[in-house]
Amino acid sequence: MQIFPFLVVAWIVAVGLYGVVTSRDLIHQIVCLIVVQSSTYVLLLGVGYVTGAVAPYLYDIPPHTRAVDPAVQALALTDVVVEAAVTALLLSFAVQAHKRFGTLDPHELASFKG
Amino acid sequence: MTPRQRLVLFGVAIAGLAACYLWAFAGLPGFGRYPGPYGPAILSRVIAQTNATGVVSAVNFDYRGFDTVGEEFILFTAAAGMAVVLRRLRGERERSPVDEARDRALPPTSGAVRMPALLLTGPIVLIGWWLASHAQTNPSGGFQGGVVLATAFVLVYLSGEFLTFRRISPVAVLDAVEAVGAAGFVAVGLTAVALGFPYLYDYLPLGQVPGAVSSSGTIALISFFVGLEVAAAFILIIGELLEQTLLVRSG
Repeated sequence: MQIFPFLVVAWIVAVGLYGVVTSRDLIHQIVCLIVVQSSTYVLLLGVGYVTGAVAPYLYDIPPHTRAVDPAVQALALTDVVVEAAVTALLLSFAVQAHKRFGTLDPHELASFKG
Repeated sequence: MTPRQRLVLFGVAIAGLAACYLWAFAGLPGFGRYPGPYGPAILSRVIAQTNATGVVSAVNFDYRGFDTVGEEFILFTAAAGMAVVLRRLRGERERSPVDEARDRALPPTSGAVRMPALLLTGPIVLIGWWLASHAQTNPSGGFQGGVVLATAFVLVYLSGEFLTFRRISPVAVLDAVEAVGAAGFVAVGLTAVALGFPYLYDYLPLGQVPGAVSSSGTIALISFFVGLEVAAAFILIIGELLEQTLLVRSG
């Protein structure tokens, strides 16, 4: 149980990378990359969790109640924003690749130059 | 490289990665036994220093505000980058958003899409503003609120057509709102410097009661600016992609 959340993280990374490697479609490949990235949310929340602690919102809770680490949760938020930005840019590259070469298959795209 | 070779290479690489992961995880403190010093340090001081009960927002917009400026500019840069990548290329023309064949009978948007979209638009605008303006008290903030606000505009597109979407979100206005949002954050920080405090110091009155909307000084103000920036950036990004599918034609 102690390392179970971290094993889930490793599994999500592996599944996502498998998708990136075997993908035959750029959009699908981008979604797989999002899967890889989403492992970091599980990792951050898993690292910051404290057994028996409440969410870090200090409203209507008795004083000196233990709360989980807010610094790690703030990092998860940064992570989400970066993911959204990266995804948007990658999707626009996919649009242009399809326009230029008429295909979204990474294997076919690899044979084009320039 | 054939797909088979690629898969074999992947198998070797992932086995190595898995070994490194397990080694690293074995050295981590167990789940639920986080020993980090920052969380407890922030939690024990946050009320006295900022009067904010939403500690994640206090970290994002105060303790770690300098990093969040960078985070906000990542989104700003992504929206700018998309505008560059999806510019009109040579040999492309933009057609009018009005249907060129005027006598064509287009199937109208289904009522099952139209009605929920119209009904949800108002509440979603409200929720978006509520989230963007309650960073200091609740699990919310400018980033979340901005994205929710942007979805309201997508709902307008879903229930109507691209022309309506463009009419309620002209690119010039979005650009201005995005710039104000991004610059507002930096301006709040520089005002602190002008007043003789460190950059992004919380110089506004903190309010009397922790958890009140008027509490926490600059945290609420910065969250508001971030909300503007994020909403405008997301509407721009969605608009760029819609333009590509609906308006830009080759030849």
